[in-house]
Amino acid sequence: MITRFFDRHQRWLFPAPAVIFIVVMMIFPLGFTLWNSFSGWSLTAGRPNTFIGPQNYVDMMRDARFWNAVLNTFYFTALAMVIELALGVAMALLIDAKDYPGKRVVTSLLLLPMMATPVAVAMVWLLMFEPTAGVINFVFGQIGLPKQLWIAGSSSVIPSLVLVDVWEWTPLITLIVLAGLAGLPSEPFEAARVDGASYWQTLWRVTLPMLLPTISVAGLLRFIDCIKTFDIIYGMTGGGPGFSSETLNIYTYNQAFYYFNFGYASSLLVIFFTIVTGVSLLVAYSRRRLEV
Amino acid sequence: MASVSTTRSRRRSRRILVNVLYAIAMIAVVFFMLTPFLWMVLNAFKSPLQIIKLPPELIFEPTMRNFQNVFGTQNFMRYITNSLIIGAGCTLVGLLIGLPAAYSIARFGQNRLAIVILMARMVPGITFLVPLFIIFRTLGLIDTYTSLILTHMLVGLPFIVWVMVPFFESIPRELTEAAVVDGASAVRAFVSVVLPLSGPGIVTAAILSFVFSWNNFMFSIVLASSRTRTVPVAIYNFISYAQIDWGGLMAAAVVITLPVLVLAIVTQRYVIRGLTAGAIKG
Repeated sequence: MITRFFDRHQRWLFPAPAVIFIVVMMIFPLGFTLWNSFSGWSLTAGRPNTFIGPQNYVDMMRDARFWNAVLNTFYFTALAMVIELALGVAMALLIDAKDYPGKRVVTSLLLLPMMATPVAVAMVWLLMFEPTAGVINFVFGQIGLPKQLWIAGSSSVIPSLVLVDVWEWTPLITLIVLAGLAGLPSEPFEAARVDGASYWQTLWRVTLPMLLPTISVAGLLRFIDCIKTFDIIYGMTGGGPGFSSETLNIYTYNQAFYYFNFGYASSLLVIFFTIVTGVSLLVAYSRRRLEV
Repeated sequence: MASVSTTRSRRRSRRILVNVLYAIAMIAVVFFMLTPFLWMVLNAFKSPLQIIKLPPELIFEPTMRNFQNVFGTQNFMRYITNSLIIGAGCTLVGLLIGLPAAYSIARFGQNRLAIVILMARMVPGITFLVPLFIIFRTLGLIDTYTSLILTHMLVGLPFIVWVMVPFFESIPRELTEAAVVDGASAVRAFVSVVLPLSGPGIVTAAILSFVFSWNNFMFSIVLASSRTRTVPVAIYNFISYAQIDWGGLMAAAVVITLPVLVLAIVTQRYVIRGLTAGAIKG
């Protein structure tokens, strides 16, 4: 009896536990956040969970720290993505260019930065960036470059954090592009060779255009993760010095778990969520439009 | 005759030059990727004075003090146990609910369900964390394995589904249909026909789910306290002291990252497939 019932309804019984999980852990919390974003709820200010209309959103528009966080988020994301995509593709082409013993070792080394615990890695970079005793400034001094403040300087902090993110995640782009390269058909390359195309001509006219779909997916994946980078930023600077590396993710975290302004934090979440979803859908849509 | 041999030798020297440049570029890439690890390991065996010494010593008398400190005073074994319990729990429950869901998505083309699950991959974790923190606080679930496993599943489940859907799609439908014709129920066909064929996929999904739970910092720092503190939170607490104990910090970093790095290298075939899954089909 039970089996017959199950067989007839397997379409929704198989995914039922996952659906329950999604409703309880994702959809309900998102709805709850939307509701809270219209509340003045704050533990530190001692305000109860009462409806205050769109006041949080009005406050946000006038909140200089919010706009600073938006700018920092896009600065970090754009800089990291451009460098990671360029370096990642270059590294994949480099690795793919030749065959030699030990090539597979290089590919497996690529895995290490992205699998290592980000907070642990952040601590190592913290030591290397140390302005006085750090090895990076020591090397800079030895080769005659001016010593930098790295994460301690308000203008150098985001590029320094980007360097850590580049170290950690460029290999992902490389691995994806390597897999993409392995899947390319060989005919266009043979045709290019017969026509006497040089290496660079083949690269620009054949390889890269054919890789474009793979590169754009890799870029979308990186965008999704870059914009919500938390571990290395919080672990190394906590948003500082001052607020110069405070991204939307860190600012929302501080509003929620440092000031316990649940209402205002929720309205920040709604905006953050909208930005991430909006850009991702835009990218997905434009990919389909361009048919790349 | 002479001109032929000069072009040939010119071509040969050009090829050697290209090879040398290539080797230099590869060494630079490998050096850039490995330096932080080298620095982490070296300093884990140095005394506080050796760490701040310039120029840094590459050859020195190693000390085990930092590791004794990490496992003794800091009691890291407890945090490792917590991380193992949470990682295993999140992976097992994730597989239990994720495998049937992925199978159903593959079998019945439930794309909308797939998109909703992958949303968890896209949406910033903090969007779930703030409301879940409030809910768990009301339910008295802060600092329990339950709340940590459930939140870590938000990271693990999308990976499991992401890896398994294409895998299940590649298993011929005729196999399960034949089992059903022979009188097996749908569950039976799934458990004894589909799952045994899915070993590599399940291994990939399980490794990724476990590693991302082990590495998770944001959910743990908010939800875990003295009873369930995980390793990333424990290492972060090292720098909250006025004077940073760099040696202990690096030793702790070695202890945390070594297991995942070994796992990643041993199972690299699976890990690479899992991380790049979905991106290639475009």
